[in-house]
Amino acid sequence: MSDMLYEAPGTLRAALALLSGANGKARVMAGGTDLLIQMRSGRIEPELLVDIKHIPDLRAIALKRGGFQFGSAVTCMELIEHEAFARAWPGVIDGVKLIGSIQVKGRATVGGNVCNASPAADSVPALIAAGALARIVGPDGKRDVPVEDIPTGPGKTSLASGEIVVSFILPKRLPRSGDAYLRFIPRTEMDIAVVGAGVNLTLDRRGFCTLARVSLGAVAERALLVSEAAAALVGTKVDDAALRQLAAAASAACRPIDDKRGTKEFRFKVAGVLARRAAEIALQRAGRKN
Amino acid sequence: MARHHVTATVNGDAVEFLCETHQTLLEVLRDELRLTGTKEGCGTGDCGACTVTLDGRMVCSCLVLGVEAEGKAIQTIEGMAVGRDLHPLQQKFLEHAALQCGICTPGILVAARSLLERNPDPTASEVRYWLAGNLCRCTGYHKIVEAVLDAARELRGN
Amino acid sequence: MSTMIKYEEKDLKVVGTRPLRPDGVDKVTGRARFGADYSLPGQLIGKVLRSPHAHARIKSIDTSKAEALPGVKAVVTRDDFAEMPVEFALSGELTVNFHDVTRNMMAREKVYYDGHPVAAVAATSESIARKALGLIEVEYEVLPHVIDVLEAMKPDAPLLHEEQYTEGVTPRPDKPSNLAKRMVFSRGDVEAGFRQADVIIEREFNTKPVHQGYIEPQACLASYTEDGQADLWTASQGHFVIRSQCAKVLQMEVSKLRVMPTELGGGFGGKNNIYNEPLAIALSRKSHRPVKMVMTREEVFRATGPTSGANVRIKMGCTRDGRITAAHAELNFQAGAFPGSSVAMAAMCTFTRYDLEHARVVANDVTVNRPKVAAYRAPGAPIAVFGVESVIDEMAKKLGIDPIEFRLRNAAREGTQTYYGPKFGPIGYVQTLEQARAHPHYSAPLGPNQGRGVATGFWFNIGSETSSTINVNEDGTVTLMIGTVDVAGGSRAAMAMMVAEELGIDVDKVRPIIGDTSSMGFNFITAGSRGTFASGMACVAATRQAIDKLRQRVAQIREVPVEAVLWKDGHAVPAGGEAGQFAPMSLADVAKVAGRTGGTIAGHAEINAQGAGPGFGTHIVDVEVDKQTGLIKILRYTVVQDVGKAIHPAYVEGQLQGGAVQGIGWALNEEYVYGDDGVLQNPGFLDYRVPVASDVPFIDTVIVEVPNPNHPYGVRGCGEVPIIAPMAAIANAVENAIGIRLCEQPMSPPRVLKAIDDAAGAKA
Repeated sequence: MSDMLYEAPGTLRAALALLSGANGKARVMAGGTDLLIQMRSGRIEPELLVDIKHIPDLRAIALKRGGFQFGSAVTCMELIEHEAFARAWPGVIDGVKLIGSIQVKGRATVGGNVCNASPAADSVPALIAAGALARIVGPDGKRDVPVEDIPTGPGKTSLASGEIVVSFILPKRLPRSGDAYLRFIPRTEMDIAVVGAGVNLTLDRRGFCTLARVSLGAVAERALLVSEAAAALVGTKVDDAALRQLAAAASAACRPIDDKRGTKEFRFKVAGVLARRAAEIALQRAGRKN
Repeated sequence: MARHHVTATVNGDAVEFLCETHQTLLEVLRDELRLTGTKEGCGTGDCGACTVTLDGRMVCSCLVLGVEAEGKAIQTIEGMAVGRDLHPLQQKFLEHAALQCGICTPGILVAARSLLERNPDPTASEVRYWLAGNLCRCTGYHKIVEAVLDAARELRGN
Repeated sequence: MSTMIKYEEKDLKVVGTRPLRPDGVDKVTGRARFGADYSLPGQLIGKVLRSPHAHARIKSIDTSKAEALPGVKAVVTRDDFAEMPVEFALSGELTVNFHDVTRNMMAREKVYYDGHPVAAVAATSESIARKALGLIEVEYEVLPHVIDVLEAMKPDAPLLHEEQYTEGVTPRPDKPSNLAKRMVFSRGDVEAGFRQADVIIEREFNTKPVHQGYIEPQACLASYTEDGQADLWTASQGHFVIRSQCAKVLQMEVSKLRVMPTELGGGFGGKNNIYNEPLAIALSRKSHRPVKMVMTREEVFRATGPTSGANVRIKMGCTRDGRITAAHAELNFQAGAFPGSSVAMAAMCTFTRYDLEHARVVANDVTVNRPKVAAYRAPGAPIAVFGVESVIDEMAKKLGIDPIEFRLRNAAREGTQTYYGPKFGPIGYVQTLEQARAHPHYSAPLGPNQGRGVATGFWFNIGSETSSTINVNEDGTVTLMIGTVDVAGGSRAAMAMMVAEELGIDVDKVRPIIGDTSSMGFNFITAGSRGTFASGMACVAATRQAIDKLRQRVAQIREVPVEAVLWKDGHAVPAGGEAGQFAPMSLADVAKVAGRTGGTIAGHAEINAQGAGPGFGTHIVDVEVDKQTGLIKILRYTVVQDVGKAIHPAYVEGQLQGGAVQGIGWALNEEYVYGDDGVLQNPGFLDYRVPVASDVPFIDTVIVEVPNPNHPYGVRGCGEVPIIAPMAAIANAVENAIGIRLCEQPMSPPRVLKAIDDAAGAKA
């Protein structure tokens, strides 16, 4: 541990070179809020830390071709404080706001939250519901991957050795759209989600739902995109019957475990409750825009 | 053994120190710079006792590496009083009996100052949510929230 | 011989005001030095190797590779500590047995819990010490373990101690058992009482262990020198008791060990005992270097004292008009790895708020594979009272009697005979109930899914051995040395206020400090809410002794008999009548000439304070229950408590608020979660969920003052009572909100939601 090296490259190219030269013994560090805890507990013992916070592109938030794009090393607080982003994607902000304390959010990044691959990560269901893509750069070039395809299980991702998530790309926001993310925790703050639910929907002029995406966190080995739950909303006015179906579909999609944070039974039930409540907020947000 | 030479400012003073990669900013502050006002309650970012600001943003110093402080401006509890005068938050904490054992107090004061810099007129609920990352086991938070609201009033000048 | 100083009503100038605390500026500027803030030149860092098993026999320990690691200066194991015979001593509110103390600080034959110390290392850096721990080879024979108290009481349960035969049962059992001791407290004829009852309610309650959750992990620094003397800095609730215990287990003479109290970053009962202190001294002895040891948060949770998890059965009967006719309780408490839980105290607090002719409490102390329990604020009482106050609420509801009225009809008052021993003197229980009933909170409207609950608590409070010294300085200011650690409530301020009141001077002329173990006589630990009561009494006694000396000195200077000199408002004045006239002298006047009129003036007291005043409190809470998720939100909270006299009302309010919020945490979310392997799964503040600021509302407080006749200012203890009622009050409020009675703690969302679903299922 005392031999661990630290590098803070100023370019992506340099970061990639450091990673490829480290034979898999390097870890990418953004905010470090998960990484430092894992190192301290001895769960991981990297030989090299590659701090990506000094790469300007990875710290940027920009509107590109009508859609937002933000770097993977943007801190949660920077994203929360970006007014235009927060107006466009209040549901993503719901998720980001729930990542730890204000102190932790001053350091933690969405890129780290996704790559840490906790099934309970709060920004992940919100990004999935939003239809976000992650841009990945590695030795073999660049690829854009839906966020739901990155975490594959607790602590595991689909990233290849030497690859870095550099940014997240959100689609152009359509009129009459709204998103929301809710999680259940026993306290009001500072807990890990026992269940999380994200809903993103778009209405037509008559108030019928034309597009919907629903996601769940902490109810399986990774965050889930639940198309059956989304289907319950599309074509409806998001009325009580549709919301009931949504809740039922959300509960049915869970494959939870019993653990120190909650029981299976609780997660099945509360997944439906939260999906419904998140949909109600998303609906209100979609309506408010017009 | 790789030791990093780091230069930074702490409470406005230039400092330089050597640290190993794994050493946290908290360890550097306490063990290398002997600024023991910043406390360790958990080492995992869950209690807020180690709160400092890094380039104006509040962070848990247990979740920052010392080497990351290169070129940064760090503010700790030791820099909160201005000369002979306590900061209004410090004074209000005394007047409202907002501290008991005092182990969480430095972190809470740094966090509260950070809140009032951003939001000079917070509600009680905003104070509570902002301070949710700072555990206090003695006070039940009641007098802390009162003291922060009173300090905010004083800082606003009414 | 014990000491009591009687209460006198008088006009007060200092007592009852709210001066700033003497330790305040240091604490808001980061200057205050806590356990981990002390360092010595050349110090080493000590770390502990802990058992990964809940129960195992240690077959061998090989430390050779660790000792060979460069930078490692000493390693200690069981071989470095002497066997201790069975010998009991008071340690805070609980009793310890040195045979067990030495085994808890360092495992000998067996490890009894996940986190049990097996070896300790001192090295030149923390990273080397950690590395060395990994090089120690321990061979274990893993044994079956048991954690749940009822499981542990079964005849075929895994046995912790082969030599442990249940005490308190006749005939003596012929087989060893995890049931260490059975105690019965009884009055009247309970069966006859139940025959008189119109309504009988019997319920079973289960609670999980919870931790004191102080934010400062245990920390100490030891320096042992070649002449066999040692200095120890440690954050504890009682440095004299730490000294006694360390000297005993290290076989040192008491005078050779000097213990310096540091600022204490919270204790709540959990810092009454030795953990790392003897290891640090032993490592220092072996390495000839100072050794600093600071626990990680994980170590704090795994290896320092939580309170008991418990199974409690309550049966109570009453008449139609709401008179309790009989009460029976069985309390089964986890003691942890070694006997000595708080069950006896819990038993004495179970029904004590009520005037009962027929009552019986059976208390069982049960060893299980968990850390040895430590005291936690009113040790044990909240657990027993959760059950009793829930049953009381149910009886009141069944009879259609207002819950406060029901309690008033049965309330203990002056003259009430308790079932465990004493008869009450003046107490303020009835006043707390009446003031709670009159409080606007009690009649405020409630919304849907909201409910209101009431519950009450009693705690004895204690006195015990106490030392105090005042020195009158040459300029007339006063230095006050106290032996009782200020466990954060502000007792230093309270002591200085009582001394200032006695002397008739401003409180800022009195500087209170906590003396180390070599600077004054033995002083018991800060426990049992004894600080302001017992130390206050000692400070008053020391001050009165100094005042006598001041009067003598003035008599000598003014050439009058000492009876002619009265101490009033900070001055020696003529006593009046035929005593004669002389020019008054202020404290500063006398101090200035003290040197040449006979030497400096001091007063000191070494007393065993007796006559602690029992404390009572009544809590009101409003909750809202989310019936779809089981989440309980605390909307409003009011604490009404008799404190005897609030020396510093703001600090008393702080005790009431802090205790109530700890009780709220206990009620809602705090618990130790063990896996099937007996390993603690939540040893951190992420998953051990103490309340955060946004979880709780403002806590209203109403201070009732029924003076304790056995204290010069009427002080009762106040720190422990407020944690007793919250669990029951919240359970009663939930019942009021949604009609479901919760008998399991914590009332966490999965449990509440299950109870809601089960109730719906039962109706369907």
